[in-house]
Amino acid sequence: MDHRPQAWGRPRDDVYGPYDASYLHNNQPKTATQSPIVTGTSVIAIKFKDGVVMAADNLASYGSLARFTDVKRLRPFLSTSVVGFGGDVSDMQFLDRHLNELAIDEAYEAEGCSAGGLGSSAQEPDASPGASKGQLNAANLHKYLTKLMYRRRNSFDPLWNQILVAGFDSASAPFLASVDLRGTAFTSPSLATGYGAMLAQPIMRKYAATEEDAAKLTRDDAVRVVRECMKVLFYRDARSLDRFSLAVVTRDGVDISEDEVLEQQSWAFAERIRGYGTQTV
Amino acid sequence: MPGFDFSNYNRNAALHARGMPLPKATSTGTTIVGCLYDGGVVIAADTRATSGPIVADKNCEKLHYISSNIWCAGAGTAADTEFTTALVSSQLELHSLSTGRKPRVVTCMTLLKQHLFRHQGYIGAYLVVAGVDPTGTHLFTVHAHGSTDKLPYVTMGSGSLAAMSVFETQWKPQLTRDEAVKLCADAIEAGIWNDLGSGSNVDVAVITAEKTTLLRNYLRPNERSQKLGRYVFPKGTTAVLNEKIIRKEDLSKFVTVHDLPTETGDDKMEIDA
Amino acid sequence: MAAMFSQNPLMNGPNYSVNDAPRIGAPEGAREHRFDPYTDNGGSTLAIAGADFAIMAGDTRLTSGYSINSRFHPKLFKIGGTTADQKDATIVLSVVGFAADGEALKERLDAICKMYRYRHGKPMSVKACAQRLSTILYGKRFFPYYAYAILAGLDEEGKGAVYSYDPVGSYEREQCRAGGAAASLIMPFLDNQVNFKNQYIPNSGEGHALVERERRPLTRREVEILVKDAFDGAVERHIEVGDGLQMMIITKSGIEEVLLPLKKD
Repeated sequence: MDHRPQAWGRPRDDVYGPYDASYLHNNQPKTATQSPIVTGTSVIAIKFKDGVVMAADNLASYGSLARFTDVKRLRPFLSTSVVGFGGDVSDMQFLDRHLNELAIDEAYEAEGCSAGGLGSSAQEPDASPGASKGQLNAANLHKYLTKLMYRRRNSFDPLWNQILVAGFDSASAPFLASVDLRGTAFTSPSLATGYGAMLAQPIMRKYAATEEDAAKLTRDDAVRVVRECMKVLFYRDARSLDRFSLAVVTRDGVDISEDEVLEQQSWAFAERIRGYGTQTV
Repeated sequence: MPGFDFSNYNRNAALHARGMPLPKATSTGTTIVGCLYDGGVVIAADTRATSGPIVADKNCEKLHYISSNIWCAGAGTAADTEFTTALVSSQLELHSLSTGRKPRVVTCMTLLKQHLFRHQGYIGAYLVVAGVDPTGTHLFTVHAHGSTDKLPYVTMGSGSLAAMSVFETQWKPQLTRDEAVKLCADAIEAGIWNDLGSGSNVDVAVITAEKTTLLRNYLRPNERSQKLGRYVFPKGTTAVLNEKIIRKEDLSKFVTVHDLPTETGDDKMEIDA
Repeated sequence: MAAMFSQNPLMNGPNYSVNDAPRIGAPEGAREHRFDPYTDNGGSTLAIAGADFAIMAGDTRLTSGYSINSRFHPKLFKIGGTTADQKDATIVLSVVGFAADGEALKERLDAICKMYRYRHGKPMSVKACAQRLSTILYGKRFFPYYAYAILAGLDEEGKGAVYSYDPVGSYEREQCRAGGAAASLIMPFLDNQVNFKNQYIPNSGEGHALVERERRPLTRREVEILVKDAFDGAVERHIEVGDGLQMMIITKSGIEEVLLPLKKD
């Protein structure tokens, strides 16, 4: 008779055959997302002379089903930065909650700083616009998210997202960077995730091939380019929607509008199409 | 019709099962486009051919002749695009001779799709077919599995999305010849800069009822930069282990020998000092 | 060092053509869908040691598959300075392969060099730094940093020093080394032009008795020309190399940084 606690209450081996105790020794690492389920498609963003414009549509797809049509995928952080999420929506919501806690902690610390009345610090020029001294700017936030994403990939428990972070760096210059589920981080004058990387980037790079080009763009130029890109994405990305969110980050703060609609779509070519081959009528 | 030789199929399947990879074919990882305009049709292509991540040919031709009034831009496996277009070109020529009529673009498209469908996608040819015939101006795409499309502007290959972004922002229903050429060249350039499978130069073909104009290397935005160093070696730098000289006179016992003028031009290789 | 010559010992890299290698253990037609923690972000690096300098170079393109993620993503990092901008650093690390691992590796080595300086009151020598980098890499032997690292600096005698690594920490001091996507294109050129391999003195003998061309240290100008020509050649023939060339020249007066344009197609 086996008297080990593991054997208590189990069917007897000699009667029922060996008991499948595999569920008891759970040696595998704890994992959440091993493949994305409800997903958001492209996020696109471009720098201009006073900040960054970012856009993402409001669709969350369940495979090929357009499941949720009013999902906000751009999120402000401390009214200094914007974070845009592509990929798994549940992981996005986890990160959203996490960033919310972070923002609250940051706000408390900033409060503590100013309440402490350290007069000398008020004299120093504020490094990151919009953010109180010592608060996280977009560059800090991006570094934080990069470390978070890389740590999760190292534990084989990735957050299945590609994220864009827009705002300002500590030198007060416009900042735009990306991080993905493996912790790969990079920056560029314009960035796009998912299909946007193939369909929208060629358009955005024509206007902002280099940092110097981006520094010549006005806010209106940048918004126009991004709207144009959202239209092309709606034409050609089968998992996209014509309702989208548009965020503009400037030194004055974050301006997010979450119910934009694509205008002036052109389906003129459709009139002339007759069949796919030999048909003429 | 003579088909393919499958006699090595079993041997290759056995080798494959033991882990031997298939030989790597040259692919034209490519951006190709086509666009109708008032009075004709324009097709264009980049000129990079790749084998994996290596550039196999920096200035290859992806615009294939079908007949004087029909041309084809090819993406996918280089050999498949070349042989498929050559095969259809020859069938169309014979058909044209037997009927005494100019070949039609729909005929070309139908021959291509039926040939490709028969081979179930194993012939990796992705084509843009364009031409002008007595029934009008036509533009088609043909996929390797045999499906076709008829649209006023089309793109194909690994740079198709980059090229399509240009069409979707700049295309309009009425275009002049020059506007269509510019649009197609811009679309190819989008592929050249943004898609790693595409690169080097832009080839354009303009087909009208009167004639076809092939603008080979219409744009050359990627000239090789000048070498900074000199890489010439004094004669005798390479070790010679043994030497045997066969003279022309000895050789002419077996073959006829003709003297050809030596090659001159820019492509001449730097040799010893 | 044999591992350096085999292409990608760890994984297959991005699948440009169909990856037809049969999966061992998986039944026919079954496809395993799980997280792959690695990708290849392309690019190439190169380092050459001179008599009193060392040059490190790398292109600035970051790719994934057939897409360009960024046209300016540095692969060269100054290591072990006292400030955030590393202006008093004396060692340069280059990493190529999987960018996230490269970044992590760089941050770890930099932190270690900074701790060393704090504890010992002097900067780390290249030799010590090189050994430490090897142990860092081997420490992740069974979940490696997928990064081909090259470390460059000046040794105790003031001579240029280049150390090259494989992803799991095998390392060696060398005269020159190319790493990354176009390593197999650049390395033969370097062998011939830096170490004068396959060059004999004309008329110095018959057959095997020929005298090899004697090696001499190259000047800084010569090396800079070699680096630019090597990368121009790599850009012509490798799709993942291009956009910009970042060069760092390490001399006893500090590290000079040069940025040059490369073809963008």
